Amino acid sequence: MKYVDEFRDPRLIAQASEEIRRLADPARHYRIMEVCGGHTHAIYRFALADLLPPNIELVHGPGCPVCVLPMGRIDEGLSLVEEQQAIFTTFGDVMRVPGRNGSPLERQARGADIRMVYSPLDALKLAVTHPDRHVVFFAIGFETTAPSTALTLMRARALGVPNFSVFSNHVTIVPAIRAILDSPGMRLDAFIGPGHVSTVIGARPYGFIARDYRKPIVISGFEPLDLLQSIVMILRQLGDGRAEVENQYGRTVPWDGNLPALRALAGVFELRPYFEWRGLGFISQSALKIKPEYAAWDAEARFQMAGVQVTDPKAAQCGEVLKGVLKPHQCKLFGRECTPEQPVGALMVSSEGACAAYFSYVHRRTAAEAAV
Amino acid sequence: MCLAIPGQIVELAPGGHFATVEVSKVRRSINIDLLEPPPAPGEWVLIHVGFAMSRISDREAAEQLRLLAMLGEDAQAMEELDGYRFDEAGRRESS
Repeated sequence: MKYVDEFRDPRLIAQASEEIRRLADPARHYRIMEVCGGHTHAIYRFALADLLPPNIELVHGPGCPVCVLPMGRIDEGLSLVEEQQAIFTTFGDVMRVPGRNGSPLERQARGADIRMVYSPLDALKLAVTHPDRHVVFFAIGFETTAPSTALTLMRARALGVPNFSVFSNHVTIVPAIRAILDSPGMRLDAFIGPGHVSTVIGARPYGFIARDYRKPIVISGFEPLDLLQSIVMILRQLGDGRAEVENQYGRTVPWDGNLPALRALAGVFELRPYFEWRGLGFISQSALKIKPEYAAWDAEARFQMAGVQVTDPKAAQCGEVLKGVLKPHQCKLFGRECTPEQPVGALMVSSEGACAAYFSYVHRRTAAEAAV
Repeated sequence: MCLAIPGQIVELAPGGHFATVEVSKVRRSINIDLLEPPPAPGEWVLIHVGFAMSRISDREAAEQLRLLAMLGEDAQAMEELDGYRFDEAGRRESS
């Protein structure tokens, strides 16, 4: 209980932890997947596993956008720098994701015009201030960031900015959860539902998990107490034989989601027939493509991109870690060839990636303890 | 990218799409098209990549700031807010 003294209310944390121990059936082994990478980060940071009985296993899910992005998409996006002399813009998390010929950051160091932005609106602004250059925004993220890209595209069209386009890599969380539920050999008892994604999509889209698969799902906040309370709610459902969608993060997540955000998504994007996810393979209707009305601002429509497929480095076992089959440290490269400083796979890049979180909070701590 | 940054609305910009927010004395322009009805000065919002995504209470804003600090992401959050460059009115300086 390394961080327990920093908790907002240690007494409530201890109570929730006791309640979990009381509710957990010692004869059962529980596998609970936290879908969201932000939750994965918090779980490791607060060493929440130390507060759970050993028969509750937290399985890390696919909710880290850079982790599930296939390498070919990075290479394809970067090809626009050479082929179109474009300024390539993207979020900081993408800058360190390895491509076949280096990450955007490495390509930048070699002289390519690649710029990190904090908002898609910054990329649009760059296009307005550089009318002689094409500016492409490499868009990534689940429903948390997709509405922002949609509004930026609406704005580009309204302002008539001709030298701006978006390379959309937006994905949607629900088909990924379904793919995990359908994958053979995957045994999960329940889900901790994502917090920020749910502020956009609401709680309704998770209904099938409870109805069709008979698994509880509890949408959770990010504080240690939120996560423990969500586990309490899950154990109560499992104990009663219920499978429901419950919302622990009700203070921020409305049941119906954010309607202006959903309208923006529906206005600008349509579902791709299928999209490749690292580790999970091709998942139908799991990603967002820019609608034909916005084709002039869609990099894929505008520049006839080839659809490059690149296989991941053979030794890296990102796929198995993403599916929860392997724990991060069980990968052959973990902590040796693959570290946050020199990532081989994307799970080591983002603080929301299971490998980076495990490395920062478990591996370093264990190494420090071993050195004493 | 998935950081949720709490900010307090200071004033709404003309045109209805943008507002100035303040976080830890830093003021920046953010987009408010995703909030219906638009937020009022004094209200707190959660910001993702330059857009206000949800309304929160003062207490939740303080908790979110504290959570960011505990996750070691507070400096990153301020860097993000500070890095927004799309402010059309040109307000840059801190209060």
